[in-house]
Amino acid sequence: MYSEKVIDHFSNPRNVGEIENPSGVGTVGNAKCGDIMRIYLDIDEQEVIRGCKFKTFGCGAAIATSSMATELVIGKTVQEAMEVTNQAVMEALDGLPPVKVHCSLLAEEAIHAALWDYSQKNHVLIEGLEEPKNELT
Amino acid sequence: MADKINIYVDNAATTVLYPEVFDSMKPYFTEFYGNPASIYTFAGTAKRAVEESRERIAGFLGAEPGEIYFTGGGSESDNWAVKAAAEAMKHKGRHIITSRIEHHAVLHTCEYLEKHGYEITYLDVNENGKVNPADLEAAIREDTVLISIMYANNEIGTIQDIKRIGAIAKKHDILFHTDAVQAYGQIRIHVKDLGIDLLSASGHKIHGPKGIGILYIRNGIRIGSLIHGGVQERSRRAGTHNVPGIVGMAKATEIADRRLEQDAEYMTSLRQHLVDRVLKEIPYVRLNGDLVDRLPNNANFSIRFIEGESLLIMLDARGICASSGSACTSGSLDPSHVLLAIGLPHEIAHGSLRITISPETTIEDIDYIVGELKQIVKRLRDMSPLYEDYLYGQKHVC
Repeated sequence: MYSEKVIDHFSNPRNVGEIENPSGVGTVGNAKCGDIMRIYLDIDEQEVIRGCKFKTFGCGAAIATSSMATELVIGKTVQEAMEVTNQAVMEALDGLPPVKVHCSLLAEEAIHAALWDYSQKNHVLIEGLEEPKNELT
Repeated sequence: MADKINIYVDNAATTVLYPEVFDSMKPYFTEFYGNPASIYTFAGTAKRAVEESRERIAGFLGAEPGEIYFTGGGSESDNWAVKAAAEAMKHKGRHIITSRIEHHAVLHTCEYLEKHGYEITYLDVNENGKVNPADLEAAIREDTVLISIMYANNEIGTIQDIKRIGAIAKKHDILFHTDAVQAYGQIRIHVKDLGIDLLSASGHKIHGPKGIGILYIRNGIRIGSLIHGGVQERSRRAGTHNVPGIVGMAKATEIADRRLEQDAEYMTSLRQHLVDRVLKEIPYVRLNGDLVDRLPNNANFSIRFIEGESLLIMLDARGICASSGSACTSGSLDPSHVLLAIGLPHEIAHGSLRITISPETTIEDIDYIVGELKQIVKRLRDMSPLYEDYLYGQKHVC
């Protein structure tokens, strides 16, 4: 059902945890549906993402997409991080079963929510970034 | 290379075929392959095997052999009972009473009937998954023609008060069907003592073969066929007999009959060991289902702050086959209808784990499962934002 990469990222998830005093944090999803993702970002003065950690409540695909998303955004500028779409996360994982595509969307939304938090706190404009609709408070 | 660990604790899904059962079936594939409906002597052996099997199963249920009809499995039996009873009684009325925690073979059949002019009452259950007989009686109307309540639940193992339900049905002269797929072979069922009119059972849940089941139809109950096209099963269920399957189900029934009390006692104590250890050693876990009126082989836990599918994949990686009521394992967005019906919130229902043991499960298996489960739960909780928030809340309350 899952690709080897999904199983790898699920079994050995990268960047699990929290960042103290993060530059931005976003939580998306819904416990009712069985998926909640939280992404923490550490962004330096050059607007480069130096660190990214996640916590996820969800299925194997939700954990794997969170893990992959953190890997993809680290080292990118906040603007470049906008290119880490759900499609990019899915491709990096060698695909997801159709019923799990929403997990990759959640990963994209979580990154956007964390970037939004950062942009609001620091009055930084990130092109193409909109206020998250799915944000949990 | 060391043998790969394989601990199978999903016996409510299906069971291993006992070697003795397999041996009993073999000659009916290769030697006595005749069609029991044929006239020549050669087919006689197969025909006798079918009739002896029928007697064996009837004896186990306290029924007459002529009241046992072989089907293609539990789902067919449920479909047959519910659809044919509804059809047969439609002159009297079109109201059916069932429960919210039925297997989908009954629930979806009822939903089908709803689209065809029937009205269905889905009874609520209490927090342990029990139907209240008083609720059932209150739901009965002039036009109620069928009550279908499962004997024991496949997810949480709760056993219903079938005797009282049977008595209520009888008092109001309403047909009573029970889906006994999970109960058959694990607990003693005497259809006559319990007032059951129709009962479904299956072969592969009791270490018999897949693709075979029975419907008990009490003498005098007139319902039509579901499968048309032949005179088999006294013209009530067409299709060439699955002779090896029938023989296998009868052999599995014979073994269950012989060992029932001993197996039930063994599984109950082993299950208790599992439940005791899990509840003692893993925090924020609850046991779902009734503590007393429960199938011997069933344990169902809700493990807070984690999701069932990731739990199952991690158990699988450690050689443990179990099941969950999470949405991700059901292919829908909602978690198990049974766990929601007993009042669990969605996020807790998503984190369920069902372990169903067999007489072949050992205490070493259980201890291995608990050991692995502890590690997995800790790992998933360390990853869970729900757990993080919970701990944060705890810290800031105290």
